[in-house]
Amino acid sequence: MTMTYRAMLGATVALTLASAALAETTITVATVNNGDMIRMQGLMDDFNAKHPDIKVEWVTLEENILRQKVTTDIATKGGQFDVLTIGTYEAPIWGKQGWLVSLNDLPAEYDVDDLLPAIRGGLTVDGNLVAAPFYGESSMVMYRTDLMEKAGLTMPEAPTWAFIKDAAAKMTDKDAEIYGICLRGKAGWGENMAFLTAMSNSFGAKWFDADWKPQFDQQPWKDTLNFYLDLMTNYGPPGASGNGFNENLALFQQGKCGMWIDATVAASFVTNAKESTVADKVGFALAPDNGLGKRGNWLWAWNLGIPAGSQKIDAAKAFVAWATSKEYLELVASKEGWANVPPGTRTSLYENAEYQKVPFAKMTLDSINAADPTQPTVDPVPYVGVQFVAIPEFQGLGTMVGQLFSAALAGSSTADEALAQAQAAVTTEMTRAGYIK
Amino acid sequence: MARKSSSLKTAVVTVAAWTIGFLIFFPILWIIILSFKTEGDAIKTPLEVLTSGWTFHSYAEVQERSNYALHFWNSVVLSVGSTLLALVIAVPAAWAMAFVPGKRTKDLLMWMLSTKMMPAVGVLVPMYLLFRDLGLLDSRIGLTVVLTLINLPIVIWMLYTYFKEIPGEILEAARMDGANLRSEILYILTPMAVPGIASTMLLNIILAWNEAFWTLQLTTKAAAPLTQFIASYSSPEGLFYAKLSAASTMAIAPILILGWFSQKQLVRGLTFGAVK
Repeated sequence: MTMTYRAMLGATVALTLASAALAETTITVATVNNGDMIRMQGLMDDFNAKHPDIKVEWVTLEENILRQKVTTDIATKGGQFDVLTIGTYEAPIWGKQGWLVSLNDLPAEYDVDDLLPAIRGGLTVDGNLVAAPFYGESSMVMYRTDLMEKAGLTMPEAPTWAFIKDAAAKMTDKDAEIYGICLRGKAGWGENMAFLTAMSNSFGAKWFDADWKPQFDQQPWKDTLNFYLDLMTNYGPPGASGNGFNENLALFQQGKCGMWIDATVAASFVTNAKESTVADKVGFALAPDNGLGKRGNWLWAWNLGIPAGSQKIDAAKAFVAWATSKEYLELVASKEGWANVPPGTRTSLYENAEYQKVPFAKMTLDSINAADPTQPTVDPVPYVGVQFVAIPEFQGLGTMVGQLFSAALAGSSTADEALAQAQAAVTTEMTRAGYIK
Repeated sequence: MARKSSSLKTAVVTVAAWTIGFLIFFPILWIIILSFKTEGDAIKTPLEVLTSGWTFHSYAEVQERSNYALHFWNSVVLSVGSTLLALVIAVPAAWAMAFVPGKRTKDLLMWMLSTKMMPAVGVLVPMYLLFRDLGLLDSRIGLTVVLTLINLPIVIWMLYTYFKEIPGEILEAARMDGANLRSEILYILTPMAVPGIASTMLLNIILAWNEAFWTLQLTTKAAAPLTQFIASYSSPEGLFYAKLSAASTMAIAPILILGWFSQKQLVRGLTFGAVK
């Protein structure tokens, strides 16, 4: 009798364990709405075949809403998400807080050494990889080859700001609604300030000195802003103070911009004949410089991180490893072509002979390599980040300064007034936050 | 002569009203137009947009990518649920304030309204922690309660205004006929205030349907209403105007139709007193 009971008990335990092993783990992935992320959702069959025990549910949101939502969730350990899509701005800040699970133990075949050093460096905190890059980007010059030829100029591979100004002047034909240059003017830390901060690096400017004192009252910032305002006022489209990435993309695709300096990801849009009227007339060059050793390009990556509050870390790691693997890049290439592979994360991708045929591949890699988030400016600074300063206060500060500079572009204030207001406002905030003693 | 000038005035007012109405409606009309365009056509100049071809492609893509039915159902449950819950609390509250006001009733009313003046984000973290600890994150019940509380001041204020229009003598007469408090509110006051209650309900449903802070912050999948459905198609880096327009049209269509059919009641309720 006892034996029978024992046998039954054993069988029950075995069954329970077996069913637990077979049970499906559901992970929730929070992601931004961009082409690469949406494409991944369509390729989940591959992941499901490899991991039948893991079910992935998606929450797709606009990036600013997503940022606010996942910040609240991770800070309060809400546990709503198992994988988060985060930018290179959040990764070091959250990593330092201990909010992200270390990814140092990803399997050997993941080949972490294959990640581009510039991108990997921005995601490593105290020796721990806190997020895995899914897609990386820099910024570069996209220009109309036909208009450049008409202007009698040849775009160098690495142009200077002086050349850009000269070319913008020669390409502008306001009667034909062709503007020499289109740049971001819409206020926001990720909008005009991403461009202007990166641009200011090439003018020798910086946000803060070694003592965290704001530097908007220094000559390099004056040179940056005056040059930008001069360029946009004379050769930019009307209403530029409201233009962000999307507005400029629409203008460029409609043939109204001679040059556009923006994210490398735009290259696949402007060369897409289905949407762009100038698809076969686009050339690429590195972001401009002033001969000071730094170019005006930024560095950004969308990365997958696992919040420390997740209860399903193993399943989440399996997903992150799959989504950011070399095999995933090959999967996208086999289904959608090499031009649609998420760029900017792995060295091996740029060594691939097929990928090298993509027209913007080399320029994207060169642009990414030209940016150094750990030494972004001409003079040493106490912060990390090319087009941002990786401190929690930057979102607010960047947007505030962005509004002042956008107002200057709209003509509501002068460059000097905007810089003086920025200096005063940032000094107040940095003192309040305890950076300035 | 007087008749001529009066008809001219009517014509001017009519044209002005139609113009203002059209201007207000234009953004919605443009969204609807863009939703029937390809992404490439949606970014062209307005004239080119109007003359380019029409397609259901964006609707098909949105349907394929999102679970519209779930988001729609959540919106219905949240807006109707929070409205009914708000009415259950607001009718007795407004009755008390209208017919048996105390010394501090006015202050109480002002205090209630003042809660609407605080930015919602100010209480985001405490609310989130509360929801986390109570296991209410991403639940329809939790969000229904939040939406009820958010709109309660407006509901009470509106009902209070309607109830003030009802002569107290009618209720007094009912009491003399032996009606208790429950009967007085249920059988005398409520039927008389039906137009007011109906317009309050409609307005509250619209407010709850459009609420886009808490519904985005406190939900992820199961309880996410149409606001999240729209937010998933917006992007600062990438042109998805046609798809975003299709998603927006699908999200606003139900409430637009409801508003269209009930506009008479809504306007009557908002502009007239309960018994006028």
